[in-house]
Amino acid sequence: MSDRLLDARLVVDRGVFRLDVPLRVAPGEVVALLGPNGAGKTTALRALAGLHPLTDGHVTLDDVDLDRPATGGWVPTERRSIGVVFQDYLLFPHLSALDNVAFGPRRHGVERRAARATAREWLGRVGLDAQAQRKPRQLSGGQAQRVALARALAVAPSLLLLDEPLAALDARTRLDTRAELHRHLSAHAGATVLVTHDPLDALALADRLVIVEGGRVVQEGDGPSVTARPRTDYVARLVGLNLYRGRADGHGVRVSPELTLTVADRLDGEAFVAFRPAAVALHPARPEGSPRNTWAGTVTGVQRHGDNVRVQLDGPIGVAADVTPAAAAQLRLIPGQRVWVAVKATETHAYPATG
Amino acid sequence: MPAALVIPAGLGLLFLVLPLAGLLIRTPWTTLPERLTEPGALTALRLSVQTATLATALCLLLGVPLAWVLARIEFPGRRLVRALVTVPLVLPPVVGGVALLLVFGRRGLLGGWLDSTFGITLPFTTTGVVLAEAFVAMPFLVIAVEGALRAADHRFEEAAATLGASRWTTFTHVTLPLVAPGLAAGAVLCWARALGEFGATITFAGNYPGRTQTMPLAVYLALETDLESAIVLSLVLLVVSVGILVALRDRWMTTA
Repeated sequence: MSDRLLDARLVVDRGVFRLDVPLRVAPGEVVALLGPNGAGKTTALRALAGLHPLTDGHVTLDDVDLDRPATGGWVPTERRSIGVVFQDYLLFPHLSALDNVAFGPRRHGVERRAARATAREWLGRVGLDAQAQRKPRQLSGGQAQRVALARALAVAPSLLLLDEPLAALDARTRLDTRAELHRHLSAHAGATVLVTHDPLDALALADRLVIVEGGRVVQEGDGPSVTARPRTDYVARLVGLNLYRGRADGHGVRVSPELTLTVADRLDGEAFVAFRPAAVALHPARPEGSPRNTWAGTVTGVQRHGDNVRVQLDGPIGVAADVTPAAAAQLRLIPGQRVWVAVKATETHAYPATG
Repeated sequence: MPAALVIPAGLGLLFLVLPLAGLLIRTPWTTLPERLTEPGALTALRLSVQTATLATALCLLLGVPLAWVLARIEFPGRRLVRALVTVPLVLPPVVGGVALLLVFGRRGLLGGWLDSTFGITLPFTTTGVVLAEAFVAMPFLVIAVEGALRAADHRFEEAAATLGASRWTTFTHVTLPLVAPGLAAGAVLCWARALGEFGATITFAGNYPGRTQTMPLAVYLALETDLESAIVLSLVLLVVSVGILVALRDRWMTTA
């Protein structure tokens, strides 16, 4: 077995939109394609499944070209060793949960009784023995999700694809299902690609994140490295950081013509500076002393955010600040209010924008 | 309530219901059992049910694939094909009968060849009745099934493909069960239309008792000779129609 079970470069032209995403996944590895709506994630998944042909590039699974327009190589969906969990599951409404799961093995030439036995085993594995005879409409959202997972895994696919696997679930079910899904994905010996716009799902389920924006990969890496060093506003927002790009000169990064942030790291050239909203302090008057970055800003929005209040501010740079409700009341924060913004250099994290 | 609307509405309803009431009033209820079991009536009834059922089978065999092609395959001229399919719906059935004669008649385009090559004669035979009924009834089936196919989520078919199902298996194991209600409704409508077929049948297949004389033809003939018999046969057709309406009420009558 090679270290790359799946090797793909997904190029799909759709009018003005072009998807171009290289993707390599090792056996047992779970990769999350994470990106905003319209980034091309679902198109990428459909291309892997053979539901949408590539314009260019290739999909190679287990050293077999499934799709390679340059040479005309093409394996249709039904002959690919894949399993797909669709966003709304698409359980066949006329079949019981058991027969939904047995459908794949049956089509792969397994005799009826054996296929049913396999299906029963998988339903047991996802904890749904008791629901085997139910029709999809008699299942809860969480149960339907598990049946869909069992159905996809019952054919022992080399490549498991999941499209927003938890998006259709309510918050409570989502937590339980996420934990359970993680267990099953970890147990899956093949490659797994999951598509999501939810960073929590991606971080909880995937070994590696591939961030896609506008059809391109903008960042790639494991959870900690992506969350610690976001490279686009989208990722920064996902992980809840303020992110700026500027020119570094020692301990200063010039992030706007009027503002140079003092940072704890030392670097030169193009750089990112990131800091948490909770690291931002707001003051009615200019704070004196201490190695702080300070500037004047205007409140543009105030929202509850967990136990705190998230304040959006305009100024030389836009910034989000988390303050306690007490502080917010004391500062009388309303849109249009002028305040002083302060961030300690030690609270910032600066890293090169290149490489 | 504006009288200008209510009064015509009432008259319209009366106009539709009164003839049916007349039929019921004039029905010879006392002699009904004997009338129904008269050899002529039974023969016509049996022939009608047989031919309508065979015509429906033919429509299913050819019409379901046609509906599938119209619903699932993009091809140039699809709108034209769909329009062609619905022509028999608006065509006077007698014209359909003439057209069938011109193609399948002994001297017709295909009929001559069928006759000389296989010795098959279609006009004025029971097979001819089935053809005439199928010609007129098939659009009902195609339209109903195409509608059901369009309404069904085609992504179920994609899901079936990801599980290893071929196009054909997907069609038989996923698509058909999904559209089963629409298919059943279409088949029932098709059967009802075939059962009531008159114009194309009498033109293409003639009016031979036991061979091509279906219920509507028998009614027409009886009208000249035996009014009571015509009424009884009409009543049977009315009962069948109302029965079909009741069976399909959830599908077609739920706009209220």
